[in-house]
Amino acid sequence: MSYIESKVGLMSTETMITARGLRKTFPAKGGPVEAVRGVDLDVEAGELVAFLGPNGAGKSTTLRMLTTLLPPSAGEAEVAGHSIAREPGEVRRRIGYIGQRSSASNSQRVRDELRSQGAFYGLGRRETRDRIDELLESLELVAVATRQVQSLSGGQRRRLDIALGLIHAPALLFLDEPSTGLDPHSRANLWQHILELRDRTGTTIFLTTHYLDEADQLAERVMVMDHGEIIADGTATALKRGLAGDTVTLGFETGEDARAAAVQIGGEASGQAVTFASDAGEHAVPQLLRQLDSAGLRAESAEYRRPTLDDVFLSLTGRSLREEGAAHGTIPDAAERPAVPTA
Amino acid sequence: MTDTISPSEKFIAPKPTSFVTDVASVVARELRPTLRDPFSLIFSLVQPLFFLGLFGPLLVATTDAPVEATLQWFVPGILVMVALFGTGSTGSNLLDDIMVGSHERTLVAPLSRSALLIGRALKEVVPLMAQGLIVVLVAVPFGFTISIPGLIVGLIILALFGIGFGALSYSLALAVEGREWMFWLVHQTVLFPLLILSGMLLPIDDGPGWMKVAAAINPIGYVLEAERALFAGDLASPAVLGGLVAASVITIVGLVIGTRGMRRAR
Repeated sequence: MSYIESKVGLMSTETMITARGLRKTFPAKGGPVEAVRGVDLDVEAGELVAFLGPNGAGKSTTLRMLTTLLPPSAGEAEVAGHSIAREPGEVRRRIGYIGQRSSASNSQRVRDELRSQGAFYGLGRRETRDRIDELLESLELVAVATRQVQSLSGGQRRRLDIALGLIHAPALLFLDEPSTGLDPHSRANLWQHILELRDRTGTTIFLTTHYLDEADQLAERVMVMDHGEIIADGTATALKRGLAGDTVTLGFETGEDARAAAVQIGGEASGQAVTFASDAGEHAVPQLLRQLDSAGLRAESAEYRRPTLDDVFLSLTGRSLREEGAAHGTIPDAAERPAVPTA
Repeated sequence: MTDTISPSEKFIAPKPTSFVTDVASVVARELRPTLRDPFSLIFSLVQPLFFLGLFGPLLVATTDAPVEATLQWFVPGILVMVALFGTGSTGSNLLDDIMVGSHERTLVAPLSRSALLIGRALKEVVPLMAQGLIVVLVAVPFGFTISIPGLIVGLIILALFGIGFGALSYSLALAVEGREWMFWLVHQTVLFPLLILSGMLLPIDDGPGWMKVAAAINPIGYVLEAERALFAGDLASPAVLGGLVAASVITIVGLVIGTRGMRRAR
């Protein structure tokens, strides 16, 4: 089911974020930098969306506009039912925000910082206490509750950031590069917490990431951003299917067999292997094997490779997201593109 | 989705908070580290106490005045110095929060921007009063005398001055955009001329004419003269009014500049 189809199915839900023509231009030496160049987006309640793109693509700037931290240069947005320009206070009360950097002050103790956060959102004393106990428990922070923030590990700090962002149980949570700087274990742990939260509460989650696997495994919907624009929007599966297709590789005993097979199925032979492009590799493989069988050709091995989100990004931009910069020299197309603005 | 539901009711949000609640929440947050670790108060007292202990005896020796009279002149200066050093560097806490990212978190919270600044500035009163009392009590065994009404009014003026100077320090932290060296450069450049030109260490009366002019426009000098009059028990002195006006002006200017800086914070 494509994203468009799934959206039709969700027509009855409410729109959590609507943005039209969002732009942000920063003054800079050598002329203004257009960090975000006209972003339109709609996010329904309950969605888990990731902004994927290289550093400087404008992801964080867009997020900062949606969370009222930055006024847009042009365009408008409604977040949780309120205009970011006219009613920033109303937006702030309804959203949770977990920034790229740390949310907690070094000199504070873990529980104290959570208490302050509860007060900032107008929660009562008892409500705050109950909420803190719940969050410390679910985010595995009970043991460090009375510790000073500066003594926490990176993973603990990040979980505290999440607890702070969730103190008022917002219906919409923004996370800016949530797992940057974390070791693989802490990252997996963080994802698990985010997914649990999602399953338990149905919170709408909007995150930015430059990690392919994060967007792939965590998000249901991926918006690919580059040079300040959204260049693709859909489920990870739909994006991969629509843009790159699967690659089926069949191995043969001899090069002769391979060439014969290539003629038979219309693939491309090289050495003892034939590669074949397909929309759905899992269906193509058995079909190809049957076809070869009836032609008297025996494949020794069969595999198919799903394209990654990196293939999607590559086919959209001519650059690899995995090796931003390294790809510039190898992809001819990349040389003609303007340098990625840093913002 | 029905049309009868207004957008504001669609998503549950916490109750709005009042400005006073916001300020109180910020004050509470800023005070907690000090309350958890009261010994941190001693840190900013070290320098002033050295001045009291090491500069004081020199002052006694060079003026030939009795110890008590020298203390009566010098201790109010140390109090003002405590306020200058303590609240002048408090912006570095905000700067640290800005660089770590926790300040950004408070900007997304539904707090009024001015409460973020005013709360931080008001918080300065608590450590300042504690430090002021410590200095006074340390000086008493050496012959420093206190008039209680003078002490109370003196601490009120000192508190006002501390709020204003703290607010200016926060304004500086907001203005330097994360450049820590810039904060300390301005801090040091401003602090010592203000200190010396207030007549805190040595009387300005004996200085050259240009210095007297500079001292006349230094509001801290007026605060200091008020403190000296008050600790001498002279509550009716015109210097008290002068100090009150100077401290109030610093408070108003500090809060106005600081609030504007906080509103512009990103």
